[in-house]
Amino acid sequence: MIVICLLTLLALTALIIVRARSLFAAAMLAGIYSFLGAGWMLLLDAPDVAFTEASVGAGISTVLFLATLALTTREEKPRARRPWLPLAAVLVTGAALIYATFDMPRYGDPDAPIHQHVAPHYIKHTEEEIGVPNMVTAILASYRGYDTWGETTVIFTACVGVMLLLGGHAIVERFRRRKDRGSKERM
Amino acid sequence: MISHVIPRVLSKILIPLIMLFALYVQFHGDFGPGGGFQAGVIFAAGFILYSLIFGLPKARMVFRPRVLQVMMALGVFLYGSVGLAAILKGGNFLDYSVLRHNAVHGQELGIMLVELGVGITVCSVMATLFFLFTERRRREDV
Repeated sequence: MIVICLLTLLALTALIIVRARSLFAAAMLAGIYSFLGAGWMLLLDAPDVAFTEASVGAGISTVLFLATLALTTREEKPRARRPWLPLAAVLVTGAALIYATFDMPRYGDPDAPIHQHVAPHYIKHTEEEIGVPNMVTAILASYRGYDTWGETTVIFTACVGVMLLLGGHAIVERFRRRKDRGSKERM
Repeated sequence: MISHVIPRVLSKILIPLIMLFALYVQFHGDFGPGGGFQAGVIFAAGFILYSLIFGLPKARMVFRPRVLQVMMALGVFLYGSVGLAAILKGGNFLDYSVLRHNAVHGQELGIMLVELGVGITVCSVMATLFFLFTERRRREDV
């Protein structure tokens, strides 16, 4: 019951975000959307994911959205044409995805392929091999340490990229000043 | 924002609690939900709240951008060096079992250090992103 309420609210929030002209309202609604998503993930017994969604989706993303709004404008430009083609593309994709879910195993089905591969090993042996009560941490940090290593590197690289894009001004300025100084010395 | 009494007083109470909670999430990640990534984000959120209330110049004095840049790389370095330490001890890359006399203790130590590396990197990356966005506005105002 509560799941249906949450999912309805999620869909409603998404629709309002699409309709909203004010970008400020859209940013705040995106935060609400993330909180609803986090609540739903918590109901699916995934507290780690819910935690991440609440802190990143509702917290940091909203702050970054607002910071971007301060740089640009608060109102969306009115669109001249009715976007029928995008609507059709979205509807067809959505229908295809819903059609694909009919082939998926039922939620929580123990015979589902994902529960037959490596999951039984993790559940049986985490306690003796890793000795960490939280299995999610054991899998993320130890069994799949390579993945997490890659993710950390991706975060680092992404931040370096953003620094070059947004902080590029300062770097160019410094470079130009150094060049000016160099040409003066030559004169 | 510093002229508004209620946000200022409330945030003074909240910021230490947020940061303490981040440390709890970081080091309690082995037992409860959470881990380095979430802890880093929460720590950065406390810091962002500080700079929203007390202004960017003060926040920059607390967290210098230079230090943040070094910390960003330091977290990745810590993660990688745990992996290399495992190789030097005769195991595979990121195989923590060989880090200490007993496999389980080695795993615990390895997971703790690796999560700490993730936490340091994520926290400084989030704070740097916030700085980059807000700094840009200040520069264009001038």
